[in-house]
Amino acid sequence: MKFVDEFRDPAKAQALIKRIHAQAKNLPPGRDQPLQIMEVCGGHTHSIFRYGLQALLPDALELVHGPGCPVCVLPMDRVDAAVSLAEQDGIILATFGDAMRVPGSGGSLLQAKARGADIRMVYSPLDALQLARDHPDHTVVFFALGFETTMPATALTLLQAEAENQSNFRVLCQHITIIPTLRALLDMPGLALDAFIGPGHVSAIIGTTPYAFISDDYGKPVVVAGFEPLDILHSLSMLLEQFVDGRCEVENQYQRVVAEGGNTAAQQAMHAAFVPRPRSQWRGLGEIAESGVMLHPRLRRFDAEPLCITSGHSPPDPAATYCGNVLTGRSKPQQCPLFGSACTPENPVGALMVSSEGACAAVYQYRNSDTTA
Amino acid sequence: MCVGIPGQIIAILDEAQHLASVDFAGTRRAINIRCILDPPNTAPDCIGDWVLVHVGFAIHRINENEARRTLALLEEMEAGAMEGTPLAAGKTP
Repeated sequence: MKFVDEFRDPAKAQALIKRIHAQAKNLPPGRDQPLQIMEVCGGHTHSIFRYGLQALLPDALELVHGPGCPVCVLPMDRVDAAVSLAEQDGIILATFGDAMRVPGSGGSLLQAKARGADIRMVYSPLDALQLARDHPDHTVVFFALGFETTMPATALTLLQAEAENQSNFRVLCQHITIIPTLRALLDMPGLALDAFIGPGHVSAIIGTTPYAFISDDYGKPVVVAGFEPLDILHSLSMLLEQFVDGRCEVENQYQRVVAEGGNTAAQQAMHAAFVPRPRSQWRGLGEIAESGVMLHPRLRRFDAEPLCITSGHSPPDPAATYCGNVLTGRSKPQQCPLFGSACTPENPVGALMVSSEGACAAVYQYRNSDTTA
Repeated sequence: MCVGIPGQIIAILDEAQHLASVDFAGTRRAINIRCILDPPNTAPDCIGDWVLVHVGFAIHRINENEARRTLALLEEMEAGAMEGTPLAAGKTP
């Protein structure tokens, strides 16, 4: 496939690995710990495991798997809210496949579907809008989640519903934003990160400028990267080069997709459809101010929140502490006492075991390969 | 969830709804291209463009020149590594 195969070329990968090893030898002296580099995005985590990249890297460099997997940080009470909607007569709940297996306090959406709730897996929010057109006697709720990558899709779908006055369409909004999350992560005590691989497709929307505070205020370099193995290796080499040169900047490896200013049309759609939510709960990370969005007051009639029947007090998440430690890089998935025993991809206890982009699911899936990460 | 797939815009299906037919290595699907319509470009001007598609929406046009530049830089590094001077290549322009 064009723009994919070229960025998987083994000969170029070998050259980059050789270069990375040489750069690691030239790192400024005085470090007794490996460089801790966090890949923020779950898509990167998946690629790193799929291609076994950690095993090819020098010991001086360690990859930490970050919180950028929307399914992994989806809190239990939001799953409970979605289940409560789906179990009402006259409601069809539509959402992405990834969200179906995330455990809530009363089970997952998939389990609710098995009990008879009308839950449809969709590829796009536009498919949910089409369901609303096709089922005028039902209310169709789209359970919207994701970072800025999926946010314009929900925004444009809402604007389309507004233009059509599709009154039986609603959105349960669980969109979250990357910048407040990174700031909260950087402010956590005891966090030992040295640099970031920035999320490529979130950056296609928001651009590279919003990351400037990470290098300017926190003194940590960022390289925004694509998702193929050459992209990731190239971005690691660019980060090492910054350390060797004594620079600390935001750089863009993913020039073929990411523009400095991001995508203006997408940003306009998001501003027209959403406003910041004062606070959002993250599974494993707790509450982060202004890290999520809710529907613009103008679009209130499309908001599914008023239809939710939940106590608002879900029982505590049994895996929250362990997941939080993995999400912040304080522990490895294998160090969790639930990993591979009580918590597996078939029966996930923690959300990190659900999506293929979750650190635990990735480690579990590729645990018998040579990967040591 | 953030994985995007590259595809090529083949035809415009519904200009008012911003829907285009996008080819993904032989499979075609209706995709919303609103986010890549930058005036004065209209939908028909986008035919032939490569885009990155995510949950039914083209989120960005793929810049072929930049893709070629990145690959050329990586080729330089590959040549440098063969000659045993892996640090010789410059950084991304």
